[in-house]
Amino acid sequence: MVLQIYGNILVFLESKMNLFFHIGQYFMLLFMVFKKPQKFSIYLRQIIFEIDSIGISSLPIIVIISIFMGGIITIQSAHAIDSPLVPLYAVGFTTRESIMLEFSPTIVCLILAGKVGSNIASEIGAMRITEQIDALEIMGINSAGYLIFPKIAAAVFIFPFLIALSMFLGIFGGYLMGVSSGACTSYQYIYGIQAFFDPGKLYYSFTKVIVFAFIITSVSAYFGYNTRGGALEVGKSSTSAVVYSSVLILLFSLILTEIFINR
Amino acid sequence: MIEIKNINKTFGDRQVVKDVSFTFHKGKTNLIIGESGCGKTTILKLMVGLHKADSGDILYDGQNFPKLTIIEQQNVRKKIGMLFQGGALFDSQTLEENVQFPLDMFTDLTKAEKLDRVNFCLEKVQLVGKNKLFPAELSGGMKKRAALARAIANNPSYLFCDEPNSGLDPKTSIVIDNLIKSLTEEFNITTIIVTHDMNSVIEIGENIMFVYKGENWWTGDKSQILKTKNQELFGFVFASEFMKQVLGTPK
Repeated sequence: MVLQIYGNILVFLESKMNLFFHIGQYFMLLFMVFKKPQKFSIYLRQIIFEIDSIGISSLPIIVIISIFMGGIITIQSAHAIDSPLVPLYAVGFTTRESIMLEFSPTIVCLILAGKVGSNIASEIGAMRITEQIDALEIMGINSAGYLIFPKIAAAVFIFPFLIALSMFLGIFGGYLMGVSSGACTSYQYIYGIQAFFDPGKLYYSFTKVIVFAFIITSVSAYFGYNTRGGALEVGKSSTSAVVYSSVLILLFSLILTEIFINR
Repeated sequence: MIEIKNINKTFGDRQVVKDVSFTFHKGKTNLIIGESGCGKTTILKLMVGLHKADSGDILYDGQNFPKLTIIEQQNVRKKIGMLFQGGALFDSQTLEENVQFPLDMFTDLTKAEKLDRVNFCLEKVQLVGKNKLFPAELSGGMKKRAALARAIANNPSYLFCDEPNSGLDPKTSIVIDNLIKSLTEEFNITTIIVTHDMNSVIEIGENIMFVYKGENWWTGDKSQILKTKNQELFGFVFASEFMKQVLGTPK
């Protein structure tokens, strides 16, 4: 019994040490990533390429999901509000708040963690196992900076635009469904989406998006960069990147909500 | 010239490189040969700094590489070209972009000058007109040649080749070997080749180190290797009946 408890404590401590090891490695990698660029024009070219690769290529999924989710939120809100005491413009109000505060910044970022995160981890992981990163290092290039910095910069720049688009399309999708299903009139919906608007909440939403963009790209790049072995390990890195990014997004969503909403 | 002095490397509790010393001469093809798993690639990776030696000195024309600062190491590395076993070409870039990459990073040449240099390098490795192909569209031999073009693009002083013949047919292997030798002589480069291919040894082995169980077991050139009395080297060189028949077993 005592031995079992002792064994469990050792396993627990080992897992904690492993966690600290990864946190330390992650920050050491970030230190390399944010070192002064060796040639800024090359980095700029890479950033533009990544904006296209990370951002523009994510547009179709964002458009589809946002329109459908906006419609679904509107129908569910209208269905939930069946009291005659609650005005119907509350449908528009609820849709706006749900989309602006949580759906677009958090749920869309979780979806992007799946798409962009796995892409980054597998791309960098494949470069690692095929010695492309070693080739960069031997040329005298800061491989972490060259490969990861443009991805972080591109995501931090383009994600707010993607999320702004998602917010607009979500509210627009809600309008289409709300009006076409007869849940509310066009006037009530438009009045609802403008009612009690607090611009400060947009600041909260976009702060979240920037933090999530950083988490998705840096965590995924960390797992890709530290891939060792073969194709199987690239797959594992890709999975870990999505899982850890998603968990961290939820954790930081909670922390930022506590800071901004409950302050 | 590169000198390695008493370098040691241990992975876990296994010592894979034991007190190895050797001098790699400028303008010559220096070969590190040995059985698979004997530590020759580790020695190469220690020399270019991909692994850190536990002890010992690695002198690039007198500069002790492990004792340099990161910036100084990067400056030495700018003079290094490396041909990896699998080529290590950047998948997302065309052949032209791959060869041009070191020029983009480290030179201030104009676009036209860079293109001239790229075409010159591609001509050297007989890949003229393949500029716009991606690595996935190249054969194994072409990938090696393309990687060689990238390695020489920035006029390196030191060229490292990790098993340049692996996975190639004998004819293409000889093409690659002769290409490396001619580039070494033409540009007066210190070339280090890791191989276990006896054809390469016979073809281009000017200065050879035989590594056995992580130790420098024998040094010499291609003429001496065929007359060796060293038991382990003999077993390596004359491993096949074919080699015994072709080269004749020494007495």
